[in-house]
Amino acid sequence: MEDIRQEIDQDRRAFIRKVLGGTIAGSLLLVIPMPASAVLRVAEQIPGMQEETEVFTKKRFVFVVDITACIGCGSCCVADKAEYNVPDGNYRTWVERYIIDDHDDVYVDSPNGGLDGYIQPREGLPHPTRDTFFVPKLCNMCEKPSCTQVCPVGATYKTGDGFVLVDKTRCVGCSYCVQACPYSVRFINPETRTAEKCTWCYHRVRKGYLPACVSVCPTQARKFGDLNDTNSEVWKILHEPHVVSVLKPDMGNQPALHYVGLRREVV
Amino acid sequence: MSVGVHHAEGVVSLANYVFPNDVHIHWSLMIVLYPYITGIVAGAFIVSSLYHVFGIRDLKPISRYSLIFALAFLCCATWPLLLHLGHPERAFSMFLTPNPTSAMAGFGYIYTAYLILLVHEILFIYRPTMVALWQQSKGIMRGIYAFLSFFNNNLSRESLELDHKIINFLAGIGIPMACVLHGYVGFIFGGIKANPLWATPLMPVIFLLSACVSGIAGIIFSYMLIKKFSGGTIDVACIRTSLKFLWGFFILDFVFEMLEVFTHYYMSTHHWHVLENLLWGPLYTTYWTLQVKVFSVIPFILLGILCLVKLKDRIILFFAPIVSLMILAQVLLMRWNVVIGGQLMSNSTRGQVFFTPEWAGREGIIAAIIVMTAPLVILFILSRIFPLWIHEEQPQET
Repeated sequence: MEDIRQEIDQDRRAFIRKVLGGTIAGSLLLVIPMPASAVLRVAEQIPGMQEETEVFTKKRFVFVVDITACIGCGSCCVADKAEYNVPDGNYRTWVERYIIDDHDDVYVDSPNGGLDGYIQPREGLPHPTRDTFFVPKLCNMCEKPSCTQVCPVGATYKTGDGFVLVDKTRCVGCSYCVQACPYSVRFINPETRTAEKCTWCYHRVRKGYLPACVSVCPTQARKFGDLNDTNSEVWKILHEPHVVSVLKPDMGNQPALHYVGLRREVV
Repeated sequence: MSVGVHHAEGVVSLANYVFPNDVHIHWSLMIVLYPYITGIVAGAFIVSSLYHVFGIRDLKPISRYSLIFALAFLCCATWPLLLHLGHPERAFSMFLTPNPTSAMAGFGYIYTAYLILLVHEILFIYRPTMVALWQQSKGIMRGIYAFLSFFNNNLSRESLELDHKIINFLAGIGIPMACVLHGYVGFIFGGIKANPLWATPLMPVIFLLSACVSGIAGIIFSYMLIKKFSGGTIDVACIRTSLKFLWGFFILDFVFEMLEVFTHYYMSTHHWHVLENLLWGPLYTTYWTLQVKVFSVIPFILLGILCLVKLKDRIILFFAPIVSLMILAQVLLMRWNVVIGGQLMSNSTRGQVFFTPEWAGREGIIAAIIVMTAPLVILFILSRIFPLWIHEEQPQET
């Protein structure tokens, strides 16, 4: 009886010792930072980006949207809203649905910016549909941006590698840039009361990752890359005999956003 | 037939597509008032210059009043902008770190320069009056008048001649500056290539002409109203001459406004397709019915009759305030149709939105009424310091 009790006590002590040891070791893991070499390195999606140390890279970034590939699932819009916590009713990116009927009338819609995906066919159209396609829209990152031209305080500016960004700590919220953008990609964030727009995920790109919308697109309708890199997919698309165009070329803004298979109906 | 109409309406609403971010009207009532107020300022200054620089003697009775009137409105010109800005506390950055390519960044400098000029013009014109009041008054007013006459009571002939030279110089550079102030406001809109309603080199011209029109109309209307309530006599010759100038400027203004639309129609570029849907869509009532038919054509005919037909003073005095008020409404409608109208069409070129202003809020109707009442309150306060009418001080001068 005595032996048994002694054995149980020993077991109990051993158990407590083990638990205590485990707890302390676990706590230490939480407190002591891991060495940099042990951090899980996500594979670089934009070659050479993680080695960049300059403020502005020597790269020439372009965005290519393949209209022939987009299926209107809305994944890009969901990813974008999640990435930036975009307030409802405002859109950094959206997907339009074009329907052309057999009378050649064009019907465009973008309910909730395409955020819910185009699950149901459009109803109430008077004639049978001849053709339909989806057009994702986002910031055109113009070579000659109207928004940076009109901003009275220089809160929106162009980086050396072609990103047009907004400094929300400087923006006065005058909305002049919203008026000036021919593509209507800008809005005033009702919470910060400053101008906001798509940044092509500048924060991700700087770390070598593709923009959020590009990485979630299931059909690779959205492509992003460096035009100075002749091995990049975007270089190939823009240098091979594809039907490639930009939106509103007569505005003279020279967008860096290109569309493969752009249709004449698209504005 | 009704089925056909319904069907057509249904198709129109189905075809109506507005970019998702274009449903918001970012420039609302306050940006309607901003060019309205600066226009009145520029126009009132031109009235004063017609006497001081161009020697239109008939306008002498209102030559001083129009400067004080301009100052009262200029004091409030920044209010609608500050109410509109998302971060008014950062407004000063436009002064300190302006973006040289931005049309808007120039406003602070142009506004300040004009304010300085206007205040100096007023002080030099009023100097003899200020000196006289300085000598007569007591207490705090004595200090104010001494300050306003630069603590200098020298009213010798040489000194007054020097004043006169300075006044002429200030009025001389004041005219181009008044034109710049308002032509520039037109350019803020005219320089936006994304908007087919705004992007026209005529925009600064139309803004400037409508500014002159609203300034003259504002002066006529308020002059007659003040005289009516304060029991003074209205100078009919002055009213007749003012009406002539009002008609002259309004002819130019209205013709240019119509020419602009007609040119778009005649050229029929893809812009016209968008403008047509706007002018015959959400803007039909405020543009065609109100601005053009009611508040342009009727005053246009009325002014023509008042200027060309020999009419009794009684009739002139009856119609002058009516026609002035209608012109003031026309200019306000023009500002509305340009500022709001330009935002009712989407950059999609496929659709329009409608806009109804809210009552409350920083950019609501109540705030707009307060902003438009403030210059009148300021005018009243200024009138306690600066005698508005020359005859009021005649006995003191002699």
